[in-house]
Amino acid sequence: MWAKMFFVHLKIKTNKKWGWFCMSADYVLETRNLVKEFKGFTAVDDVNLQVERGTIHALIGPNGAGKTTVFNLLTKFLTPTRGTILYNGNDITYMKSAAIARKGIVRSFQISAVFPHLSVLENVRIALQRNEGNSFHFWKSEKVLDKLNDRALELLDEVGLKDYAKAITVDLPYGRKRALEIATTLALDPEMLLLDEPTQGMGHEDVGVVADLIKKVSANRTILMVEHNLHVVAQLADKITVLQRGAILTEGDYATVSQDPRVREAYMGVEADDEVANAIAAETAAANAAKKEDVA
Amino acid sequence: MKINKLYLVLFLLALVAPMVLYPVFLMKVLCFALFACAFNLLLGYVGLLSFGHAAFLGTGGYVTGAMMLHTGMGPEISILVGTVAAGVLGAVYGKLAVKREGIYFAMVTLALAQLAFFFYLQSPFTGGEDGMQGVPRGSLLGMIDLSDNTNMYYFVLAIFIFGFWVVHRTIHSPFGQILKAIRENEPRAVSLGYNVNDYKWVVFIISSALAGMAGSTKTLVFQLASLTDVHWHMSGEVVLMTLLGGMGTIFGPVVGAGVVVTIQNYLSGGELGNYIHIIMGFIFIVCVLAFRSGIVGELQKIMKKNFG
Repeated sequence: MWAKMFFVHLKIKTNKKWGWFCMSADYVLETRNLVKEFKGFTAVDDVNLQVERGTIHALIGPNGAGKTTVFNLLTKFLTPTRGTILYNGNDITYMKSAAIARKGIVRSFQISAVFPHLSVLENVRIALQRNEGNSFHFWKSEKVLDKLNDRALELLDEVGLKDYAKAITVDLPYGRKRALEIATTLALDPEMLLLDEPTQGMGHEDVGVVADLIKKVSANRTILMVEHNLHVVAQLADKITVLQRGAILTEGDYATVSQDPRVREAYMGVEADDEVANAIAAETAAANAAKKEDVA
Repeated sequence: MKINKLYLVLFLLALVAPMVLYPVFLMKVLCFALFACAFNLLLGYVGLLSFGHAAFLGTGGYVTGAMMLHTGMGPEISILVGTVAAGVLGAVYGKLAVKREGIYFAMVTLALAQLAFFFYLQSPFTGGEDGMQGVPRGSLLGMIDLSDNTNMYYFVLAIFIFGFWVVHRTIHSPFGQILKAIRENEPRAVSLGYNVNDYKWVVFIISSALAGMAGSTKTLVFQLASLTDVHWHMSGEVVLMTLLGGMGTIFGPVVGAGVVVTIQNYLSGGELGNYIHIIMGFIFIVCVLAFRSGIVGELQKIMKKNFG
């Protein structure tokens, strides 16, 4: 039921901008007054986002709220109309995608981003190869890459894909492709991961597996993710930012955000009635239980 | 091991071929096979459809022809200069073209190739419509007389093997891995930190230089460089050869070039000469509709099904 509500498209009067100006916190990624306009349509409107080091930060919002646009701005697949993006305090607003990837921000995509007709092992090796400095060497045999195999197998083992190393990626089921994508990303040892709807289009079991994987890889890393599945958000996110029509509606932890009447209105279009409030309460309780289990 | 044996058998066949078949015909096949291999490096392994490869074939041809006619250099130097010239042109064209993707890449390369076409049409040194005629073959290292067709054949075969080896090496190199990654999923390659345009540019240069090498060799074989080689028909023909043989396979372009050249030779002599384009077009349609992975691609599928 909760999931359905996410797809309800609606109007809302509230459009209050929200800023968090605690100067003391340690931000890995920060945007200041970020704006993206497409021919007069403002997809992202004055967004001030702060992602704290070592946290899992979720970006949620109804369809068309501008989540993916924000994502593409952060990873330089789009250029902002105005505003700045800071990474560890450095301005990266006009850097190229490939350059910020080398600086340590690696993104995933809504549709699993793998190299379908290469083997599973080769997929991971492509990422490992980047730091080898031989990726322009067209006169060498690819056998020089074999020394990366051990490390690649290690990474595959981490996501439970070691036995599939020789398989052609296109033959893997969807959940495993997602796992492979994460292994490939980890091969770069990024400081920050941007995950675009990591559990989208997955069956129930796969969602659990991927959520666990995200939890596992979040150690010593910062993660910013766009996610539709509130179960996953409740279970993983330390902080949630709700986007609504391109602007930040509210921010906070799951309990705060899920109790905010404006968030409910954004998702449902009307002031939430008791039934919905109960549903949310149940969801929160379940999520908290899940979190405790996790700790235990 | 299996593939090595296959190479050995093919090599031996190539050695004895001129005793059975007409050497000039074989040389023509080899030149076009090299051209198609160069083209396939872009289309089959990076997914870039260049519609202007005739410019590089023609540039190699004209430059080599001019070298042989006016400088008195040997064939080996002339071919080298022709190859480098095509590579330099490829570096300029490639730099502009790789900024665009898909159909736009094809259109940019076509437009740039047309520039080259009209340049060669207007320039006095090319002989315009008449072409550059009477190019001497010279003698290899001043010792082996290339006007003898058999000698020339083995020289062309050596060049072809070298070009084929370069393509093979490039595909199976660390660089080739990145190319395949770009072909498979370009945004992902970017997000892993690769500047994909730089990789596309380098492979474009390799491909255009090899196409130039094919053109240079072809000029020596026929002792003629003409506008046909720079015309956009030629750019289309190489697409046909590659698709027919099987793009993205190492032997596909060779087989495709062999089939196309054979059909053309056979038809142009007979009564059907006037219908050659209709027949080629029909073959192209059948190929695209019925067996999209080309001759070699389909054979590989059958092999995999039955033996793999």
